[in-house]
This record gives sequence, C-alpha cells and structure tokens, in this order.
Amino acid sequence: MTTAVETLRDTPFSIGGRTFQSRLMVGTGKYRDNETMVRAIEASGAEIVTVAVRRVDLDRTKEAGILHHLDPRKYFLLANTAGCYTAQDAVRYARLAREAGFNEFVKLEVIGDQETLLPDVQGLLDAARTLVREGFKVLAYTNEDLVTALRLEEAGCAAVMPLASPIGSGLGLLNPYGVRTIKRRLKVPVVVDAGVGTASDACVTMEQGVDGILMNTALAAARDPVAMAHAMRLAVEAGRSAYLAGRMPRREVAVPSSPLEGMLD
Amino acid sequence: MSDTIDVMINGERRTVAAGVTLLELLGSLELDPRVVVVEHNRAIVRRPRLSGVTVAEGDSIELVHFVGGG
Repeated sequence: MTTAVETLRDTPFSIGGRTFQSRLMVGTGKYRDNETMVRAIEASGAEIVTVAVRRVDLDRTKEAGILHHLDPRKYFLLANTAGCYTAQDAVRYARLAREAGFNEFVKLEVIGDQETLLPDVQGLLDAARTLVREGFKVLAYTNEDLVTALRLEEAGCAAVMPLASPIGSGLGLLNPYGVRTIKRRLKVPVVVDAGVGTASDACVTMEQGVDGILMNTALAAARDPVAMAHAMRLAVEAGRSAYLAGRMPRREVAVPSSPLEGMLD
Repeated sequence: MSDTIDVMINGERRTVAAGVTLLELLGSLELDPRVVVVEHNRAIVRRPRLSGVTVAEGDSIELVHFVGGG
C-alpha cells in the first residue's frame, strides 16, 4: 500500500529549448536589502530570476551590481528591458544584456504609458521582430489581448507574458477569461507577469492553466518577503495541481454531500 | 597635443588621459570588465576588444551592468 500522495504527472516547463522545474519566476527589484532578496529567492524555489540593465554608478563603484549577490551558475538570469518606452531603446537594452554574457533570453518590455506601465503593443511587436531576427529568445510582456498575443507568437517569441494587472499594483488577476483564452490559443508558453499580490492570486492564476508566473513586488513589498516567497511557491504548485486535477462544475443549486437515505423517522 | 581629453561617461563629462583604452578606462574607474558592458559611441565593444579601442575627445561611453529588476 502506498501512503505517499500520487501527484499528477505534469508536462515539463520549457521555454526556448530550456526546461525548468519551477513554474515560479521572480524578480530582484525593490528588496530592502540584498540578504532578504537572496533568502526570498531561495524560499520561492524559482530558477529563473529577472534582472535589469542600468548604468554603473561611477562614484560608488564599490557598490556592486546584482551579480555579487546572485550566483549565475545557480540561477537562470533573465534580463529585462524595463523602463524602455520605444522599440529602439528596448532593442538597445536587450543587446547590452546579451553582451553581459549569460544567455540569449530577454524579457521584452516596451512601456506605453507612465501611469499604468501598460505595454505599447506596436513597439513591442516591432522590437520582438527585430530581436527574434537577431537570435534572441524573446519573452514578451504584454496585456491580456488575444490578438496581440497571437501576433507575438507569429513574430517568433519564445513565450508570451500577459499581465494579471498593472506592474506593482498587487491587484491580482483582473481578466481570467483573457488570460485563459491566450493560453488556449497559443502554442508557446504563456507566463503571467505582473500584478499578483498574494498567494491566492497566484493560485487562481495558475488554475487558468498558464505555464507559469513571474512576480517581483508581491515578494519584495510583503512584510516578510521570505515567508511570502514560500507561500507563493506553495500557491503556484497548488494552482497548477488544481488545474491538472480539473475542478468540479459550478452549480447554481446545492447538491448534498451526505446520503439522503438512512435518515431517522 | 594635450595630455587629457574630455569624454562623456554615463552622461557625465569626465576628463581622462589621452590615448587611454577602454580597458584602462575601466581599470581607472575600478570596474570589473567581467561584469560591465561597454557601449562606445552607441556600439557595443566586446570584452576581448576593450584593450584595442582607444578613447578619443568627445566620445560617448556607456558602462552598464545588471541591477535588481522585475
């Protein structure tokens, strides 16, 4: 007799020819200190970790970049083009990131609006086409619009990353239908990026059937980032398992769980 | 010929020795060429070539690295 819980066999999580165990990806921004960041990333179980490209601070050069805290042999570093508002800028940042020498993957962001940080889909498509032509594996941060997602796939993106809600908002999954539809229609992996606030958000998002989630602020801005990272790890696994298990149908009326027969007179 | 030249590094005007190479420039700024990417007049200069490129008056140099981000 087996006492261990038999978990459903999952398909591997692969992006651009690389396979990963964890479906949770995490960012490295906005932590109060590097030690907390490192411990939170460890607790999250994430293998893919995002970083940004910025100017070296010339006057405080002993203040090291992120690589002094994150071992690139332990984590798969995914550079982003955060802060870019044009396709041209995003391509420039992606090229610089690739030159830093870890891999040809880039999380492409082309932002169209300062207040909401929503993507400029035209710029995104232009940049994606250029980068794919140059041999990049592009993971494109986009909104939950199906047609844009389809165009990004056609452009050769390695993954499409619709938002749950605006970056850093913590509002959770605002458009489950949109995200589910993108997942249903695309062949490339769909990873929800941005907007998850707490563990239930991550769970509900994974229950839509998406391949993974990328989050940053939900961990960095939690009162205890390490504990939240652990919660997120469990939530992503729970949501994935629930998706694979297949939920019961929703009903408008109650159906008793206990037998109707055998009641006392 | 002057012993020094003015260049723009990360948007700041800086005075450096005339004839300095990009690799020497990184050294003088105490930057590790293994973790810094150099863009010289908008063109990326790969690590092995840093010692072969000499900086000229008015050049624009960007020195970037990875920082925390989402």
